[in-house]
Amino acid sequence: MQKIMTWIDDRFPLTKVWNEHLAQYYAPKNFNFWYYFGSLALLVLVNQIVTGIFLTMSYKPDSALAFASVQYIMYDVSWGWLIRYMHAVGASMFFIVVYLHMFRGLLYGSHRQPRELIWIFGTLIFVALMAEAFMGYLLPWGNMSYWGAQVIISLFTAIPVIGNGLAQWIRGDFVVSDATLNRFFAFHVIALPLVLVALVFVHLVALHKVGSNNPDGVEIKKKKDAKGIPLDGIPFHPYYTVKDIVGVTVFLMVFSAIIFFVPTLGGHFLERDNFIPANILSTPLDIHPLWYFTPFYSMLRASTNQYTHGVLVVCTVLVAALAFFTKRGFKAKAITVIIAALMVLGLYTLQAKLWGVILMGSSIVLIFFLPWLDRSPVKSIRYRGALYKSALALFVVSFILLGYLGTKSPDAVSLFLFKNLAWGQVLTLVYLAFFVLMPWYTKIDKTKPVPERVTTK
Amino acid sequence: MKKIVLSLLLALLPAISHADEGPKLDHVKIDLSDRASLQRGARIFVNYCLSCHSAAYLRYNRMGHDLGISNELVKQDLLFAANKVGDRMKAVMPAADAKKWFGVAPPDLTLEARYRGPDWIYTYMRSFYRDPKSFSGWNNTVFPHVAMPFVLYGWQGEQRAVFRTKKIVSHVVENGKPVTEVSEEKIFDHFALVKPGTMTPKQYDQAIRDLTNFMAYMAEPTKLERIRVGVYVLIFLAVFLVLAILLKKEYWKDIH
Repeated sequence: MQKIMTWIDDRFPLTKVWNEHLAQYYAPKNFNFWYYFGSLALLVLVNQIVTGIFLTMSYKPDSALAFASVQYIMYDVSWGWLIRYMHAVGASMFFIVVYLHMFRGLLYGSHRQPRELIWIFGTLIFVALMAEAFMGYLLPWGNMSYWGAQVIISLFTAIPVIGNGLAQWIRGDFVVSDATLNRFFAFHVIALPLVLVALVFVHLVALHKVGSNNPDGVEIKKKKDAKGIPLDGIPFHPYYTVKDIVGVTVFLMVFSAIIFFVPTLGGHFLERDNFIPANILSTPLDIHPLWYFTPFYSMLRASTNQYTHGVLVVCTVLVAALAFFTKRGFKAKAITVIIAALMVLGLYTLQAKLWGVILMGSSIVLIFFLPWLDRSPVKSIRYRGALYKSALALFVVSFILLGYLGTKSPDAVSLFLFKNLAWGQVLTLVYLAFFVLMPWYTKIDKTKPVPERVTTK
Repeated sequence: MKKIVLSLLLALLPAISHADEGPKLDHVKIDLSDRASLQRGARIFVNYCLSCHSAAYLRYNRMGHDLGISNELVKQDLLFAANKVGDRMKAVMPAADAKKWFGVAPPDLTLEARYRGPDWIYTYMRSFYRDPKSFSGWNNTVFPHVAMPFVLYGWQGEQRAVFRTKKIVSHVVENGKPVTEVSEEKIFDHFALVKPGTMTPKQYDQAIRDLTNFMAYMAEPTKLERIRVGVYVLIFLAVFLVLAILLKKEYWKDIH
């Protein structure tokens, strides 16, 4: 055995890689519940790839055959139903796990210096995952797949001048058709998975370079023993590998319970309208994306002419005020004035639909800037003050409610008193305010002293 | 932390309530383990529905296997529209002809119970009524102006829909002045049996329940197997979880 290892190590750094990333990778010893979701996301990624390979063996990316080939998997392929449910439910689980993983970042400041790049790579993974899920959703060629794709691609037509041409270029046709299905298949099974795997790799490389954060937001590398090992660090393997086995098992229990007992989850994971084939002549009564996109879909819908005008006028006034009252130099003032001018210009030239797209786009783009928007001297929520805690709570509530409203008709009243549209508009502001006001409320927030070392119960 | 969790739970509350939309549906009890019911339903489906509708994702022998009908019996009793027991359940009538005769091609029904739901099918099949104004002479309260003629009228007989009128008072603004508009709307109240069929209403409801039961089976033939496997998977994982926790505790006992 030793001989074989030496032989390999002379030719490939196996022992070195093993030690650097597992056996001698020191992770803080105080990881809690929220730290399971990174490894779980990796597990779901593997699940999606493996089940995806088997689905591809029977699936036919052809608008005349696609729907029937999915049913062939469900009815005729041995254990095909299980593979398909694992993949379809897996997609939803991926988002659940990733949303919780991102929330962990917000809780403990995992995006803060020196982990900005981990956060950026992670956000890129999130964006790639959204593209992957969107394109995969078209492949069963159900009626909701079809109309969902139709609606989302038509968003591009909102872009002035090039919009219509761009949407046509994406579809490869004037409507979503066989050409669209084929290219989405190509993106879904090869292009985006490659991007995802590459991004996950650099996400982990960056993580292992700086080391993991922890629920206290303390840098464990600051306190090392004589051998240079962090005092509060424990080797990832075996400690966190055995701990993650527990997390994985619990996750698999939830995952299996859904797959085997409620695979459609009442229409939230597999929608009723997707049990009939795509039909260009029959629009579903209520088109909305699957639950993981509905928060963003709500924000898109929130943008009506009145609303965007109102928001923009307020923003322009604020930016202009900033230009006047800021203590910074001429350059900063000039930039704010230009931004304000652009906003006024946009107000009078762009349609509400485009503002909707901009609103939705910025709700994602803002995530990238989080490491620089957060000005708090502490990382972890444990030592932050009431301001950040309230802001985060409001943000989470707005995200969940936006998601809920996105599954409902905008004209219905699903919460109380006001129409879904109105609630969506208010909550969109709450969502955006979490980011936009962050430099201010994190700076003035009262913080508690951070301990020197990590704490354990 | 607790505050966050609490507000999350509060935010989830509205998701529990559901708004009702569309016609009122009668609930039907689906029991996929009731083989006799499934077999009766299969017979009705193959004899009546399969003339025009296909169930093309399901094969005859698969159905026979799941419902406990031997291949010989399937061949003898159910194989009208195909030659081999391994064939898919295609409609007798070519889709092109059907489109010519009814205006629309009758949809494939394999997944109908997953698309519409069993309650919808059960109510729909019991909601046909005579309507001289419609093309086929029949209309339906669940699916108004449906192109499908009422194939089972010999069983149920003919029923008449009894409507009641409801006053709708709406306040609108016209030319800047508030105006109160009163309109009347016909709302379906109940059915009255005009001409009895060969079955009593109770027998007919039972037949349709069998048919719906079969269609629920057809929409997901693996459902029973799925649940059965799921129980084993969860038992295995539960045992594995105990071992995993013990393993973790053993490794972690020297970490403080």
